[in-house]
Amino acid sequence: MSTANPSELDFSPAPERAPQARLVRPSLSYWQDAWRRLRLNPRAMISLAIVVGLLVFTLVGPMLWRLDPANQDLEQLSIPPGAARTAHIVEPYTAWRREATPGTGLRLASEATTQSVRLVWDAHPSARAFEVFRDIYPPTHPPTQSTQDALGIPLGEISPQDGLAFEDRLALEPITYYYHVVPVGAGNRLLSDARETIEVEVTRAITLEEATQRGLVSTGKKTQVGDEVELAWHPLGTDYLGRDMLARLMYGARVSLFIGIVAPFLYVLLGVAYGSLAGFVGGATDQTLMRFADFVVALPFLLFMILFKVLFGIGPGESGIIPMLIALVILGWPATARLVRGQILQIREESYVSAARLMGSPTGYLIARHMIPNTLGVILVTLTFAIPSAIFTEAFLSFIGMGVAPPTPSWGSMSNEGIKTMLVSPHELILPAIFISVTVLAFNLLGDGLRDALDARMRSVE
Amino acid sequence: MADRTFWQSMWALTMLAAAALGGLLLLMLIIAYFADLTIVDDASSAAVDYESRSISIVISEEPPQMDSTRATDAVSGMLLGHLMEGLLRYDGEGNLQPGVAESWTVTPEGAVFKLRDDARWSDGEPVTAHDFVFSWRTALAPETASLYAFIMYPVKHAEAINLGDMPSDQLGVVAEDDLTLRVEFERPLAFFDRLVAFTTYYPIREDFYLARDGRYGADAEDLLFNGAFVMTKWVHGAEVALEKNPYYWNKDSIWLERINIPFITPDSNTQLNLFKDGKVAMVQLSPDTLKNAVQNRWPIRRFAEGTVFFIEFNHRPERLTRNLNLRKALYYATDTAELVYRVIKLPGFLPGASLFPTWLRGEHDYLRREYPVPAHPVNVTRAREHLELARQELGLDEFPPLVLLVGDTPTSLKQAEYFQNTFKRHLGLEVRIDAQIFKQRLEKMTLGQFDMVAAGWAPDFDDPLTYGDLFASWNKNNRGYFRSDALDAQVRIAQGSLNQNERMRAFGEIQRILLEEVAIIPNYERGRVFVADPSLEGLIRRTIGPDPDYSRARIRED
Amino acid sequence: MWRYTLKRLIQGLITVWFIATTTFFVMHFVPGDPLSDARATSEQIRENLEARYGLDKPLYQQYYIYLRNIASGDLGISFTQQNREVNDIIREHFPVSAALGVLAVVFAALGGILWGALTALFRNRMPDVVIMFLVVLGVSVPSFVFAALGQLSLVTLNDWLGVSVLPVAGWGSVQHLLVPALVLGLGTMAFLTRLMRSSMLEVTNADYVRTAKAKGLNATQIFIRHQLRNAILPVITVLGPAIATITTGGFVVELVFAIPGLGRFFVQSVQQLDYTVIMGTTVFYGGFLVFMVIAVDLVYGLIDPRVRVE
Repeated sequence: MSTANPSELDFSPAPERAPQARLVRPSLSYWQDAWRRLRLNPRAMISLAIVVGLLVFTLVGPMLWRLDPANQDLEQLSIPPGAARTAHIVEPYTAWRREATPGTGLRLASEATTQSVRLVWDAHPSARAFEVFRDIYPPTHPPTQSTQDALGIPLGEISPQDGLAFEDRLALEPITYYYHVVPVGAGNRLLSDARETIEVEVTRAITLEEATQRGLVSTGKKTQVGDEVELAWHPLGTDYLGRDMLARLMYGARVSLFIGIVAPFLYVLLGVAYGSLAGFVGGATDQTLMRFADFVVALPFLLFMILFKVLFGIGPGESGIIPMLIALVILGWPATARLVRGQILQIREESYVSAARLMGSPTGYLIARHMIPNTLGVILVTLTFAIPSAIFTEAFLSFIGMGVAPPTPSWGSMSNEGIKTMLVSPHELILPAIFISVTVLAFNLLGDGLRDALDARMRSVE
Repeated sequence: MADRTFWQSMWALTMLAAAALGGLLLLMLIIAYFADLTIVDDASSAAVDYESRSISIVISEEPPQMDSTRATDAVSGMLLGHLMEGLLRYDGEGNLQPGVAESWTVTPEGAVFKLRDDARWSDGEPVTAHDFVFSWRTALAPETASLYAFIMYPVKHAEAINLGDMPSDQLGVVAEDDLTLRVEFERPLAFFDRLVAFTTYYPIREDFYLARDGRYGADAEDLLFNGAFVMTKWVHGAEVALEKNPYYWNKDSIWLERINIPFITPDSNTQLNLFKDGKVAMVQLSPDTLKNAVQNRWPIRRFAEGTVFFIEFNHRPERLTRNLNLRKALYYATDTAELVYRVIKLPGFLPGASLFPTWLRGEHDYLRREYPVPAHPVNVTRAREHLELARQELGLDEFPPLVLLVGDTPTSLKQAEYFQNTFKRHLGLEVRIDAQIFKQRLEKMTLGQFDMVAAGWAPDFDDPLTYGDLFASWNKNNRGYFRSDALDAQVRIAQGSLNQNERMRAFGEIQRILLEEVAIIPNYERGRVFVADPSLEGLIRRTIGPDPDYSRARIRED
Repeated sequence: MWRYTLKRLIQGLITVWFIATTTFFVMHFVPGDPLSDARATSEQIRENLEARYGLDKPLYQQYYIYLRNIASGDLGISFTQQNREVNDIIREHFPVSAALGVLAVVFAALGGILWGALTALFRNRMPDVVIMFLVVLGVSVPSFVFAALGQLSLVTLNDWLGVSVLPVAGWGSVQHLLVPALVLGLGTMAFLTRLMRSSMLEVTNADYVRTAKAKGLNATQIFIRHQLRNAILPVITVLGPAIATITTGGFVVELVFAIPGLGRFFVQSVQQLDYTVIMGTTVFYGGFLVFMVIAVDLVYGLIDPRVRVE
């Protein structure tokens, strides 16, 4: 032990030393670090952009594309994107009075429009009646084997006492049709050899009243019968009731994304509360709570989704979104609760928590400072993965006819409708299906990215 | 080195894949054993086969009830029509033909049926009058709780027996001997012969029924047949097979040896695919598949099936729809032609004009020709005038939303959406769609929880009365509580009178009252569009009775 | 181990009771009348029907009878098919769903493992990219779209070849099973492929693989005994839940391919409000899944000592 007397020097400030290079990085919080890592993941970033884009499409879209998704344009049913839409103004439809039409043979009684095609023909000696057919192929079109007598759609049977005339109004499209009138002989046998055929080019027509009502006529100039107008524009085509696909996709996005995001959000929230309660309190309470959660997990999910749907019922005019939401929450929470409980139990035993407790941290501080931040990552990842499965559930329920109630569109119900017509108007299936797929994919990849970014332990090797 | 590792790993993986494939094949054999599957697809399931005189068809659902006393649905009715025969039956033109009964006489007070002596059950035993007495009593027994018991109410004491007020041996039907069946009526009746072709009136043999101990009709072996075919196989939900009944008295008129039903599915796309694949002889087309059928150049056929669909109003006092002007407004705003031609888009459908369909026969001609209805007037201006009147009468500032109750099938939803849009566009009325599954819709109808309900009515027998009494104030099916004393009076005439002219006039009156009061808005008469294999002949489609009927079908030799 | 097994089984029974109770009360508060039909009936007939199904008794008695019947294995008589017992219905339709489900699970598991291993081998090369793209489709396209497209391509194929290679729909032979099972297993297969791929990549860098290599073991042996075997373990853990998803997820496939499975029957009976069939099917499925999970847990404990509980 030296007991030297302190000198003056000992009380003077130390000389400044040359600053040493210190290896410090700016302190990164957990979230900053996660964000940094997420940004390095191109797939996750693209997915994030898609998700943001979808939200914009859903929330801002309807403000830009102001078209009522329930509005039916019966002049344009199931038209694909980019179809022609020029129409002629015609007189309002009136019942046909069947005046004599000059000429012989199968002929048109008036101009053929999508409003009606009026045919007249002459008597046939052995005809008990006449069957009228409408085909889209010319009679010269090579018949496929065993379909020699294929004449297209049988429109109706006309008995001669009702007149030798037929008016076709059945879903006329502005294309060329071939009408066949076939005499029906005794014993309901079609006398195919005596059939007459006419080629009819149908023009798209709309009445002035209809055009005015739909705002297709510019107010400035006078429009009259015979003029041409452009029908309403449907950038993504229309569905089977002539409703605008784009508008329906936007409103459908609201429903699908609402269910897809809000339901998981709610049940994850519920699961977190339940799970952290169980995990934190522990003991008998924990046992009881988790046993109940096990019960709920054991309920067959889809069966109970269907049962709840009939239990809650959908009242008149209701969309059925809320019942579906409730059912999803009731059945969805236990998985998160289990996960969170496990995490809490684990974290409770971590040394940093013990250390904090030793240093006298109050419970509230422990929860706020250690428990929540350390589980939040897991919770966020769970949430992201829950979204695609909720969207799938909605689509599935719509497919078996247990989804949202019409006229509320959802991507699921739209694809369900589209699947029936996929051979003739594929756009009705493809569009909503693409939206479902892209959304599900985006959330899945985002979830992957988040998992990698938020939790090094859960990092998947790519 | 790395390359070698890679190839060795690849090789290991390939070996593993081969092993997996082998395991998979073994697993399939095991599955086949446990799930009772054959290894190779049965080749007999071609759509039509001339050699074996067999056809294959698809049905839309599993027949829910093959006990004829309890069957209520179309699929069970179709199958039972091939398997059983009543006293009389309908032919392809809808005319009554002798069935088990050789001859019959109907008087206003009763009927006597003479049974043919060569009618046999599928075990060779003769069909006797006792079998009819037994099945009719069974159908009416309260324990059976048959939903179609009402169709027997014209028989004396039937209603009292069905309500449990009288023992079932009091029923007004006796087997005078094995081949004579005598029926007494509750009250004079003009059309009993048209009733006995109905499913509920089919015979059942007592000893067989009792021996099955409550399982009668549950499986193929729990049934005994007296019709053109016997059921030889019934794998629930999957497959039904019918074979020609060697004991059928009229077996010479039956050409087909076998009807396979290897597919049960309501999905119209699947049905279409099966037809395209040459697996079924006939397929019903939907609006969605019609266009594809045209593109495929199939011979499409059409047939007016004749079930009438309409919007029924709720006439209960607390409902707005009790107001005649409101109903008129809705009526004039409805364009049934647009509904049929633009929304339903199927040929064979007829825009609706009346509760009575066009095919119903009147006195000499079709009822609708004898008592024509004016063409349906679509008139939006007039509709708006009526709406304004209604608004004043009801003392409303603005109309609250009206509830339209519909079923949850895609077709009815589509129509509901159309009506919702139409009423909104033309009248500014808000319509709320209430789509419910079948049983919930029925309950809501019964409880009156609707303003309008989309309803349909299929005929049970070939007389206008099958529709005529629907809106009588006492009819339980009149769930909108429409009430008109004038109409009730006409229904009584139609039920009780023996004079056909008087009855038809009553139906004409009923039609007029319903339209004037706008009790309903007729929507359409349903049609069917189908494609059948070109070599299939003699397929019968009909409005009343089993449809489609293959029993008289044959295959053209190519 | 035996005590643990017994405990799990008892827990399973209690869970089944919970499922049964929930189903019972849910069903009885569902609006609608299972006894109604298109033709209105008289009060008398209604009462007869109610008496037949015990609906005239107070709810607690119905509940008691229901539990007693379940305990004795009797699930009652169907409402729509009044001469068939629910037990018969399950006995006939469940093997169908099970056959479909088992094959789908096996397809998914084998496919997932093989594709996953393959992609890991070809990491970031063409086959990997192609397969992973298909996997992405597999997890993001709804099953009903797959089912419809699967059937359509089958028809087109048959049409093009002029012979029926595989049946388009229906039931009765193993051939009927192939495409539906594949469609049903597709989503899970895609999911498992992803899992297997990352698990393989993780294992490739593991110490024991390095040690094995250092010891100069044959690459084939290393691949099979060290890499594949260890990589498969996480895949097996998710198989239990996958079985549950697939067996109940059969609805869509059963509907589209006209397969007489229990799932399709369930949807129909809900539409008809067939109380007994709905309750019977739900309890049966619930019980089945509960005991499946227990079985998977126990088997897994046997396979992998590390996770043996207690």
